[in-house]
Amino acid sequence: MQAVALEGVTKRYGAETVVAGVDLAIPAGEFFTLLGPSGSGKTTTLSMLAGFVQPDEGRVMMGGRDMTRVPPRGRGLGMVFQNYAIFPHLNVAENVAFPLSVRGAPKAEIESRVAEALAMVKLTGFEKRYQRQLSGGQQQRVALARAIVGHPAVVLMDEPLGALDKNLRYHMQVEIKDIQQRLGMTVIYVTHDQEEALTMSDRIAIMERGRIAQMGPPREVYEKPESSFVAAFLGEANLLPVTPEGAAARGPGGALIQAGAGSLPGKGGLAFIRPEKLSITAGLADAAPNALPGRVLHASFLGNTMRYEVEVEPGRSVLCDTANAAGAALHAPGADVTVSWNAADSRFLAG
Amino acid sequence: MPLGRLPAWLLLAPALLLLLGMFLVPIGWFLVASLQELGSLAEILEEADAVLLSGAVGGALINTLWISAVVTALVLVIGYPVSYAMSRASGLAFTLLLLCIVLPYFTSTIVRTYAWMVLLGRNGLINQLLLGLGLVSEPVQLLYNRTGVIIGMTYVLLPYMVLTLYAAMKAVDMRLLQAAESMGATPLQVFARVFMPLTLHGVVAGVLITFILALGFFVTPALMGGPGDMMIAMLIEREVELTQNWPGAALMTIVLLVVTLILYGLYSRFTTDEKGAMP
Repeated sequence: MQAVALEGVTKRYGAETVVAGVDLAIPAGEFFTLLGPSGSGKTTTLSMLAGFVQPDEGRVMMGGRDMTRVPPRGRGLGMVFQNYAIFPHLNVAENVAFPLSVRGAPKAEIESRVAEALAMVKLTGFEKRYQRQLSGGQQQRVALARAIVGHPAVVLMDEPLGALDKNLRYHMQVEIKDIQQRLGMTVIYVTHDQEEALTMSDRIAIMERGRIAQMGPPREVYEKPESSFVAAFLGEANLLPVTPEGAAARGPGGALIQAGAGSLPGKGGLAFIRPEKLSITAGLADAAPNALPGRVLHASFLGNTMRYEVEVEPGRSVLCDTANAAGAALHAPGADVTVSWNAADSRFLAG
Repeated sequence: MPLGRLPAWLLLAPALLLLLGMFLVPIGWFLVASLQELGSLAEILEEADAVLLSGAVGGALINTLWISAVVTALVLVIGYPVSYAMSRASGLAFTLLLLCIVLPYFTSTIVRTYAWMVLLGRNGLINQLLLGLGLVSEPVQLLYNRTGVIIGMTYVLLPYMVLTLYAAMKAVDMRLLQAAESMGATPLQVFARVFMPLTLHGVVAGVLITFILALGFFVTPALMGGPGDMMIAMLIEREVELTQNWPGAALMTIVLLVVTLILYGLYSRFTTDEKGAMP
């Protein structure tokens, strides 16, 4: 069943169109992420789902009902805010109870639901604390407990982990995902952190200047980007300028480039290939499709990987990540090498 | 650049010297000199007993507390919505509201009080309006009685309340109100359960500062009140100017000072509470 849908939703602020005709359909139980740089319209889209912002055009549908003109309190959503929005004058238990108590739920029900929600976020025993007595991670958990306490069908999360340090962020990612699956909630998650989006989501919509640039499961959008924007936003990408030649293309140094998918306009485009799909071998190999001779500019040790920057023609270099596996050969800066890849791992992009 | 303790004190020194020279020394000298006229401590206490238990002082004290309480309540009721509007307004609307509140501040109390007398007099604008509309058959007595004092003082004290409340309201994170709304709270619940509690410390501070200022009022009740509206500051003035009873004035001053200092103690507790929010 479809939990949430946006139909041609547009929002303008003055002359600026912040969200331009966004269509989304999110099935119940999905973990859906809106990913994009700041100013891409992802937070405005979330605000229209929450009801804080009215769209100028289009409809907001929830559970089959048109909610476009329904105020936030009538939408029955759970929400986790970027700054947590913990009420400073209420303690943890009162904060978590807030969505239930404003609806006049019976006291016994409130107590058991609050205890259940706090147990779920591992904050049992913190009931009487106030915001100023909580760490950032604990505040985050309170916000999460408050969002799920009423068992809403849909929970909106606006960059909920943005303020946490890396270690804690990873733990919370796992916990949020776990709670989402246990409760079968539909989560709509906003972030600018591509790694977080890839880790947590069932599907990702990458937003660019108010539009959805691409939408799909993490692996699909990562490996099959349809534009250079998506390719470059989701992690590192090598984008080589190429000119079409039959079904293939000519790239740097006139090398023959073949790609597993995508097509090129007549004037030329880009060949996309992820750094980890490149292999690097010592010496200058003979000319072959998808093999570029070059020289190592930098070699960076990243722990589990080695990252090489290889100059394939003057002023142009590619990134190549190799696993720091047992017996892996190392290439020193200045060494002549050849980078190569499988045509199936690359795509042609229009630009 | 962090300042050490010593430089901070140096920066405060001019203000402290001024306060010392212009306030503490004169009032100390006035109190000591006046009371010394009475002689020994036993005699001072005897006189204190007589003065403070006299009907005049008791009456003036009750008047003062009652008028101050009514004025404070009115100022709060009028000031809270104004402060709210100011805290939510921006641009021109905010500037206009601020000017309306603060501009009268720059006029002297006496001038403002006379302006009110023009409005409230028997043939003043308000009575003419009421008569013209047929709401009353004869002019209402708005001056030289308790009503006049309360109207005048409410007006003079309003800015203190508004500016105190404004500061508290401006500090409220609007996102908390939005969050409450998304959790199902009605506008009334957002106000009663989030906004009000978060501005309560401002209300307490505003009430105390208004009440403290009202306690010492002199010009407005003297000009706009009647014989039955004697406040403690007026009584002190009368003791000094008219009856030349300096020891009596000194004793009443001590009473006023003690009440004020107690309230001020409360006020500073509420305004220096670390987070500014009540737990």
